[in-house]
Amino acid sequence: MTGEAGTYLYVVARDSGAPSPDGLTGVAGTPVRAVARAGLVAYVSTVPLSQFGEEPLQRSMEDLDWLDETARAHHHVVEAVASAVPAVPVRLVTVYSGDEQVAGLLEDRHDAFRQALERITGRQEWGVKVYADPAEQAEPAAAQDRAGAATGPGAAYLRKRQAGLRSREEAWRRASVRAEQVHERLASVAVAGRRHRAQDPQLSGRKEWMVLNGAYLVDEERHAEFVRAVDELRREGGELELTGPWAPYSFATLDEAGEP
Amino acid sequence: MMEPARPAGRAYPSSTGGGREPANLGDILERVLDRGVIIAGDIRVNLLDIELLTIKLRLVVASVDTAKEMGIDWWEHDPWLTGKDRGLEEENRRLRRRLAALEEGRSAPPSIEGHVEEEDDDVEPAPRRRAGRRRDDG
Repeated sequence: MTGEAGTYLYVVARDSGAPSPDGLTGVAGTPVRAVARAGLVAYVSTVPLSQFGEEPLQRSMEDLDWLDETARAHHHVVEAVASAVPAVPVRLVTVYSGDEQVAGLLEDRHDAFRQALERITGRQEWGVKVYADPAEQAEPAAAQDRAGAATGPGAAYLRKRQAGLRSREEAWRRASVRAEQVHERLASVAVAGRRHRAQDPQLSGRKEWMVLNGAYLVDEERHAEFVRAVDELRREGGELELTGPWAPYSFATLDEAGEP
Repeated sequence: MMEPARPAGRAYPSSTGGGREPANLGDILERVLDRGVIIAGDIRVNLLDIELLTIKLRLVVASVDTAKEMGIDWWEHDPWLTGKDRGLEEENRRLRRRLAALEEGRSAPPSIEGHVEEEDDDVEPAPRRRAGRRRDDG
């Protein structure tokens, strides 16, 4: 308690064949170490609680620059390990009192980690986003606008506005159907597929609607097939963005005993 | 040493638009904040202890406004935006059901029988309807 330091946990892998953490840097520039127990290895670093205690985090998590840096550092460690061996990424800012508590976790949750690792072995997570341009999709509005032009500027304005809303709704509906099709097609090639919340334009950096933010766990042998499917869907129309391979952030889950 | 650790046979053609770098911040943030294993138990600090409301709101507020203008309401069904606490959601549902039951009961005195039946039906709406009908009959 007097040390005012904690053990920050990044990612867990099987001990055998796991890469050395030497030279790897984690959050706040701290060197990454390995804590091994029960055939598993946890990648950790020692962090000052003056920065990673609950109270300081409350403040710093609101600081986008700090969050940016910390998220990237966390992700960097996760990727370094996950690009070499199957690995279970841990949520940002998971801090233990010390290494012994992390070792205890590996021992206590050994079976759950093993199962999670088995599920993702030989597989990779790919991200696929589908964008739709509302301007491009809202063509019918113009025709409806002309039809209402004769009845006076006020009514015409209202009608135009209504038509605009309607056509936007219609465009959104069409884009949603398309997103569903894309998701189903990709999920059929994948072991598992998950639809995540669409990203805010601030995050995506794009003005278009993100109608699909999917994650797919794909067998390595079917990777080429998956990419082909993405290319085919792209040719059918709509903008698809493929990212990855990612560490299996979306598919690494620990099944809690007694929980569904 | 670990940086180029991409074993043979796990190389990906850059033509797929993939490759490990550079991932954009949005993609990274949504993964490290919203996915990945969250561990409860013998822990000093974890994300659940930290009030993330402000940052999350800051990140989503623009799309909410745009979407509202467009008459899209997907966020109303998004657990991230409607509050990540499922317990809260459930409580909400329970309260709403209770309110409906109260309003229903305004015309007739509350029946103990119906009330008991209602207590356990969390998802299944059928027993509730049955209970309501019984009240009407009585």
